[in-house]
Amino acid sequence: MPRNPQIKKVMVIGSGPIVIGQAAEFDYAGTQACRALKEDGIEVVLVNSNPATIMTDVHVADRIYMEPLTADFVEIIIEKERPDGLLATLGGQTGLNLAVELDKRGVLAKFGVKLLGTSIESVKKSEDRELFKETMEALGQPVAESAIVNSVEEAKKFAEQIGFPVIVRPAYTLGGTGGGIANNEEELGEITEIGLKCSMIGQALIERSVAGYKEIEYEVIRDSADNCITVCSMENIDPVGVHTGDSVVVAPAQTLSDRELMKLRDASLKIIRALGIEGGCNVQYAFDTKSDKYYVIEVNPRVSRSSALASKATGYPIAKVAGKIAVGYHLDEIENAVTKKTKACFEPTLDYVVVKFPRWPSDKFTEADRTLGAQMKATGEVMSIDRSIEGALLKAVRSLEIGANHLWSSNLAPLPDEKIFEMVKDITDRRFFVVAEALRRGMSVEEIARVTTIDMFFLQKIKNIVDIEHELVRHCEEQSDEATQESGGLSLDCRVGLRPPRNDEALSYNALIDLLLSAKKAGFSDRAIARLTNQTESDVRKMRKSLGVIPVYKTVDTCAAEFESVTPYHYSTYADEDEVSVSDKPKIIVLGSGPIRIGQGIEFDYCSVHSVLALKELGYEAIIINNNPETVSTDFDIADKLYFEPLTLEDVLNIVDKERPEGAVVQFGGQTAINLAGALAKNGVKIIGSSIESIDAAEDREKFDALLTELDIPRPQGCAVFSIEDAIKAAEKIGYPVMVRPSYVLGGRAMKIVYNEDKLRNYMSTAAKISPKHPVLIDHYLQGIEVEVDAVCDGEDILIPGIMEHVERAGVHSGDSIAVYPPRNLSERNIRTIVDFTNRLARGLKVLGMINIQYIVKGDDVYVIEVNPRSSRTAPFLSKVTGVPMVNIATKVSVGKKIKELGYKPGLGLFPDYYAVKAPVFSSAKISNVDVTLGPEMRSTGEVVGIDNKFSRALYKACVASGINMQKNGRILFTIADKDKDEAFPIAKGFADLGYSLAATKGTAEFFAKRGVNAEVAVKVSEGSPNIMDDIKNGRINMVINTVSHSEKGYRDGFKIRRATVEHAIPCLTSIDTAKAILGVMSVMRRRKMMSVIALQDLK
Amino acid sequence: MRKLGKLVLEDGGVYRGFFFGDKPGVGEVVFNTGMTGYQETLTDPSYCGQLVIMTYPLIGNYGVNEIYNQSLSLSKEGKRRRSYFRGYVVGELCDYPNNWRCEGSIFDFLQEEGVPCLYGVDTRAVTRRIRSKGAMRGAIVPEDIDEGELNRLMNLPEDGFYIKEVTTKNVIRYCGEDGTQCSRNARMNLAVMNFGIKKGIVDCLAKYGYNMTIYSAYTPAEEVLAAEPDGIFLSNGPGDPKISSELIENVKELIDSGKPMFGICLGFQLICLAMGGDTYKLKFGHRGANHPVKDLLLNRVFITSQNHGYAADEKSLKGTGLVVTQRNVNDDTPEGAEHESKPLFAVQYHPEASPGPNDNLYLFDKFYKMIKSDKNA
Repeated sequence: MPRNPQIKKVMVIGSGPIVIGQAAEFDYAGTQACRALKEDGIEVVLVNSNPATIMTDVHVADRIYMEPLTADFVEIIIEKERPDGLLATLGGQTGLNLAVELDKRGVLAKFGVKLLGTSIESVKKSEDRELFKETMEALGQPVAESAIVNSVEEAKKFAEQIGFPVIVRPAYTLGGTGGGIANNEEELGEITEIGLKCSMIGQALIERSVAGYKEIEYEVIRDSADNCITVCSMENIDPVGVHTGDSVVVAPAQTLSDRELMKLRDASLKIIRALGIEGGCNVQYAFDTKSDKYYVIEVNPRVSRSSALASKATGYPIAKVAGKIAVGYHLDEIENAVTKKTKACFEPTLDYVVVKFPRWPSDKFTEADRTLGAQMKATGEVMSIDRSIEGALLKAVRSLEIGANHLWSSNLAPLPDEKIFEMVKDITDRRFFVVAEALRRGMSVEEIARVTTIDMFFLQKIKNIVDIEHELVRHCEEQSDEATQESGGLSLDCRVGLRPPRNDEALSYNALIDLLLSAKKAGFSDRAIARLTNQTESDVRKMRKSLGVIPVYKTVDTCAAEFESVTPYHYSTYADEDEVSVSDKPKIIVLGSGPIRIGQGIEFDYCSVHSVLALKELGYEAIIINNNPETVSTDFDIADKLYFEPLTLEDVLNIVDKERPEGAVVQFGGQTAINLAGALAKNGVKIIGSSIESIDAAEDREKFDALLTELDIPRPQGCAVFSIEDAIKAAEKIGYPVMVRPSYVLGGRAMKIVYNEDKLRNYMSTAAKISPKHPVLIDHYLQGIEVEVDAVCDGEDILIPGIMEHVERAGVHSGDSIAVYPPRNLSERNIRTIVDFTNRLARGLKVLGMINIQYIVKGDDVYVIEVNPRSSRTAPFLSKVTGVPMVNIATKVSVGKKIKELGYKPGLGLFPDYYAVKAPVFSSAKISNVDVTLGPEMRSTGEVVGIDNKFSRALYKACVASGINMQKNGRILFTIADKDKDEAFPIAKGFADLGYSLAATKGTAEFFAKRGVNAEVAVKVSEGSPNIMDDIKNGRINMVINTVSHSEKGYRDGFKIRRATVEHAIPCLTSIDTAKAILGVMSVMRRRKMMSVIALQDLK
Repeated sequence: MRKLGKLVLEDGGVYRGFFFGDKPGVGEVVFNTGMTGYQETLTDPSYCGQLVIMTYPLIGNYGVNEIYNQSLSLSKEGKRRRSYFRGYVVGELCDYPNNWRCEGSIFDFLQEEGVPCLYGVDTRAVTRRIRSKGAMRGAIVPEDIDEGELNRLMNLPEDGFYIKEVTTKNVIRYCGEDGTQCSRNARMNLAVMNFGIKKGIVDCLAKYGYNMTIYSAYTPAEEVLAAEPDGIFLSNGPGDPKISSELIENVKELIDSGKPMFGICLGFQLICLAMGGDTYKLKFGHRGANHPVKDLLLNRVFITSQNHGYAADEKSLKGTGLVVTQRNVNDDTPEGAEHESKPLFAVQYHPEASPGPNDNLYLFDKFYKMIKSDKNA
C-alpha cells in the first residue's frame, strides 16, 4: 500500500533537552523522520524545545515550534495547526509520555488527530508493568517474577516472598531514573521510595534480579501489513545488572548460537506483533549462561538510543523507515537507501564488529559515585567499527577522550596487584580498564569471569590485547638486549624502541611487520605502541608507514558486500583491500565533536553538520570524521563521505594521507577538534579558517594578555601561576574573591571562585594534579552582568548577529546560565563598546570564521573574560533566534568567501521584537551525590529555549521547558548564606506579597523577620529531626532558594537540602539572580495569559 | 605455529591468510552472509563441492555441538561424514569459544572433518571480487605450494554430480522427533527424496508425526510409489539441478502420481525442470539468512534462509502449470511456485531455517494440510 492519502499534515514531537538517558539520538531520529515525511509531500509540524538540534532548523519541518513539551502547550499547537496525525515515537520517552497525556486529556479525539505508529494501547502494554506482564504471559514469553508496588511496604512484602537481590524499576521514567538493585530490606526501602517519586504514576516494579545473565537486545520493525524484520541483535558485554545505556555493547550478538538467537528473534517478532506497533521497537532480554532459558526484560515501543546505535551499526535507517511506515508504506515499498537497489524489507548483515562504549561524566563529577547499576549515568557514547572485537574495543576506548589511548590507565598502573584484583569486582565506569590491568598482572580469565560474570569470550579478547602488549615489550626487550650487550650489558628494558632490524640481526623485517600488524589489527594506537616500546608516537608512525603497515578502509553497506552499495560510510581496518576510492574533487575534512559530555553537547554536532552542508554548497567534497552514533553528523547522507573513526591524531592523519584534502575544519567540533589542530598543523595539514596562531593567541595567557594590551581592551586583573606560593601572592595582590582555573579548560572544568587563602591552597593542590604542564590562572572575580557574543569574521568584516545577556551574574558558568537575547540591561554605551571590542578582537586575533567572546559589564565598563576563536555552545541558539545561519557563513568565509558577498551586512544585527531565553537543563536526578549548585563548573547536560514577544512569557516558557515546576501557591524555603541575605530579602518579600508562605532556616528567618517578613523557621539537618528534609519529603515545600555557604558545615547542610530537592523534583534555585528572574515570572503568571505559541517560521 | 596459506582464484586473484588442515581444498568459491550458524552451514550437504567464504569475520565464537549438525547422521550409515565443504575461508577462527553448549572448538571440528581452512583472510575483499566477477573456481593451499601442484589442483576435473556424494544409500525409516518411534499407527506415510537433505528439514517434518521413509536420490519412482506414500517431499541438495536427466525424469514420474508434493531448494528446481521449465546459474547465488521473499498469496514478506547457486527461469514456467507464488524482493527471482491443479508446491529457500530465521515454518503446516485433505478426499 502506498502512503495513506488521508494523512497530509503530521505533527512530530521531539525529545526536548539533552538529559542523561535521552541524548542526541532523538535529534538524529527526528531529523530523519521529518525528512522522510517531507519527501512524501507531507506537511510536517515539529515541536521541540531544544534549540541545539538540527531538527529545529527551519528547512527540516514546515512549521517548527520551539515550545515547552508539555500537554498544555502542545494542545494549543494542535488546535492551531490541526495535524491529521501525531508521530510521537521519535521523541523518546518524552514524546511517548506526551502522547499518552494528550490522549488522556481527550485532545487527540477532540481535534481528530490520529496517533501514528504505536497506539496508546501498545504504549500502555509495554510501559505499564502489570499490563506488560500480562501481555508477555499471554504470548508465552517469560518475564522475571515481579510485582507492581505502590508503596515501600508492598515492595518489602514481595521481596520477602522471592528473596533478595531484587531490582526496583519505576514505571514511566527515562534511563531507569530512580531504579536500582536492592540486596537487602534497607536498600529496598531507600530505592523504592525514590523510585516511586520518579515514576509518573507513582508505581514501581519489584523484580527478581537476573543480574549475571547475558543481556541481549533486538531492534525490530513492523509495518501495517504485518511484515516484520529485525535490524540488529546486540549483546551487552556487561551482563544484566548494568543499565544498557551504561553497558559496553557489541553488535551483532557474539556468544549466542544461531538457535539461541533465533529463539530471541522469534520472540521479538511475536512481541512487536502482539503490541501492534507500526514502526520500530526495541526488546531487551536476559539470557541464561547455562541453559536456553531467557526472560524478556523490557520493550520500548518506539525508536530508542539502541535503535540509533543499531542504525549506525548496520547502516539501516530505522527512524526514516519508521517514519515511512507511520504514513502507510510497507517495508517492501521502501527503498534501501544504502544500496538503492534493494528494499528496506530485509535484515542487515554485518561483516564487521561494532562496539559501543559509554561516556560517563566522572571527569566532571569527581565527587559522584562511580558505581554502575540500573540507573543510567552516561551522558554520551562512542561507537567504533572494526573486523575484530579487540580492534573495535580499542578504537572505542581512544574515541572516548578520557585521556586513554589504550585499555590502560595511568591511575591504575601504580596500584599494587592485590588492590587491582580486589577492584575487579567493582562495577564502575573503570571496569574494563581494571579487568585489563588484572589480566596484565596475571589474574586468569576464568577467575575474572567468576568474579564479574562477564562472558569469557569477551575477557579472552581483552586477554589477547594484553598478550600483544607483552609481545611488543618482549620484542623490544630483545632488541634492547642486543643493544645493551653491545654497550656493556645493563638491565633488560625497552630502551631502543621498536626499529627495523639491521642486517646482522636475527629478527627479520617480516617478524616486525607481523608483530606490528597483529597489534594494529587488535586496534593498538601508535601511542600505545609507543608507550610500550619507549618511543614517540611519531617514531612509531614513521616506522609503521615505512614498513607499509597502514590501514585500509571498508564500507558499511547493510549487506556484507553482497550488493554494490552507494553509501559513503567507511571505517578503517588493517586488511588487504582498500575499497574506498578517492575522488579528484577538492575536499575538506570536518572534524566532529565526539561523544556527548558535559560542556560539549549536541550543539557542536549541530555546527559540524552545518559546516559540512556549507562546504557541499560550495562544491567541495565534505568529509566528516566522527565517532558518535547518536548524531546527525554520522548519518551517512549528510557528508559526501563519513569516516566513522576515533578523533585522534593518528586516525585523522591516516585519513588525511588517503584523501589528501585541502585542509581540515576544526572550529566546529568543540574542544575535540581544537585539541587536534596544533598537531595536525605540525603534520602539514592546513587548518581551514582561523589559524593555529589565532587559536593559541586566545588560549595562551601571556599571548592573550599582550594582545589585549595592544588592543587596549581591559580584562579582570589576573595572572598565571605555577606554584601554590605564587598563587597566594598573586591573589593577595589582585584581591579576593578570585576566580581560579587551569589554563586549558573544557566546559569550565575545575574552575572555582575562591574567597580566601585556605580555599586557594586547597584548590591549588588539586588543580595542579589536573594539568602539570599548564599553569593555573588567577583572576579577580568581577561581579557584573555577563554578556556573550558570537560573531563571524571574514578577515575584514565582522558580522555580529546578536548579543546575549546572562540572567546570572558572572561566576556562573555560561553553559549553566539563563541567556537572554536581545539583552535587556545594557546601555547604548555598553553595546557600542561590546561591538567595538568584538571587532577589535576578531581582527586582532585574525579570526577567519567564528569567534565567541564573553564579557563582563559593570556600569559603563566592559571587560573581556574569555575569547574562543571557534564555534561556541550558543551558536545554534543564536543562529535560530536571529535567523542568521552563522555556521554556514563562518564555514564559507573560512574558505575565502566574504560576508558581504554572501549577502549579509557586517556589524550588529537589528534586535527583534521578541525575546528568546535559553535555559540550562540538568540531569542531577540521574547521578547521586552530585551537587546541583550553580558555579563556574558546568553541570548542565542540555538546554531549552523559550521565545515570546513578552520577556516574562519567554522566560516562563524556558522555565517550564526546562522542567521547573512553578506552583501558583505553596511554601518557599529560603536558606541563604550571610553574604547574600541582603539581596535575598526583596525576593522573599516579593514571594510573600504574592501570597506564598515562606519557610527559612533560623538565621535567614531572623534576618527576614527583622525587616518585617515572617517565615516559618525550618530545622536544619544538623539541628536534629524532624527537619527540612522531612518537610521536603512530605511535600510541604514547593520551591527552595538556597545560596551556598562558605563554611564547611553550612555547605554540607545545603548539599543535603539540594540533593533532596532533586530527588523530590522540587525546583532549587541557587543563584539570587535566577530567583529574582523567576519571581518576576511567578508574579505575572496568575494575572496574565501565559500560554501562547509561535512557529519559528512566523518570527519576525 | 601458524602456517601461511593463500586462496588462489581462477581469475588470478590471490588472498593470503593462515592455512589450517592437512590437504589443500579446491572447489567453487561462494560466499555466505549469515552472521551465526556457522556449524549448520558447515554441515549443510548442499555446499558439497564448494569452498565457502564466511563474510562475518568472527567464526567459532560459541564453539560446536552435535545438535547443530545438518548432515543426516544415522547409525546405519556407519562412520558419518559431517561436512562436505571443500574448504573454508574465514576472517578469524575463535580459539576460545564460550557457550554452555560448547563441546569443542571450530578448530577441532575442522580437524576431525578434514576440512581445510584459510583464516585471517580479508574475506570482504574476496566477497567483493566474487560479487563482481561471479562464483568461480579456487583453491586454498599452503603458501609454499609447488606451482605445478597448484596448477594441477586448479585443473582437476569435476563431474559436478555431488548428489551422489551426499545422498544416503539405504532407505531409512524415520518417525517421531528423534527418528526412532516408527509405529504402524502413524497416520500418514511420507516419502522423502534425499538429494542431500538437511537434518533441519527432517526435524521439521518429523514434528507432524509422519511415518517417513527417506529414499536415496536414485530410488526409482515406481519403488517409491509402490509403498503408497500419502505425500512426497523433495529435498535440497548440491550442484546443478540439470546434472542428471534421469533424476529429472524420476521426479516427473513422482509428480505424475498426483500425490501431494513439497519441494525445497534443489527439490524446487527439479520440479520446475520436470514440469518443462528451465533453470540457470546465478552469478554468485544467494547464501545467507537475510533474504526477503514475498509470498504473493499472502501478500507478505518473510525473511528467509537461503543457499542456492541456481534459479528457476520464470519465463520458462509459462505453460508448465506452475505459478510463481513467491518472489525475492531483492532481485525478483522466483522463490516458490505452486501447481494450478495439482497438490504441489515448492520453494527455493529454506523454510526449515537451521541456520536463520523461522519465519517460514508455516509451509510445513501447509504441506501437512495438503496431505490431510488429499487423504480425506
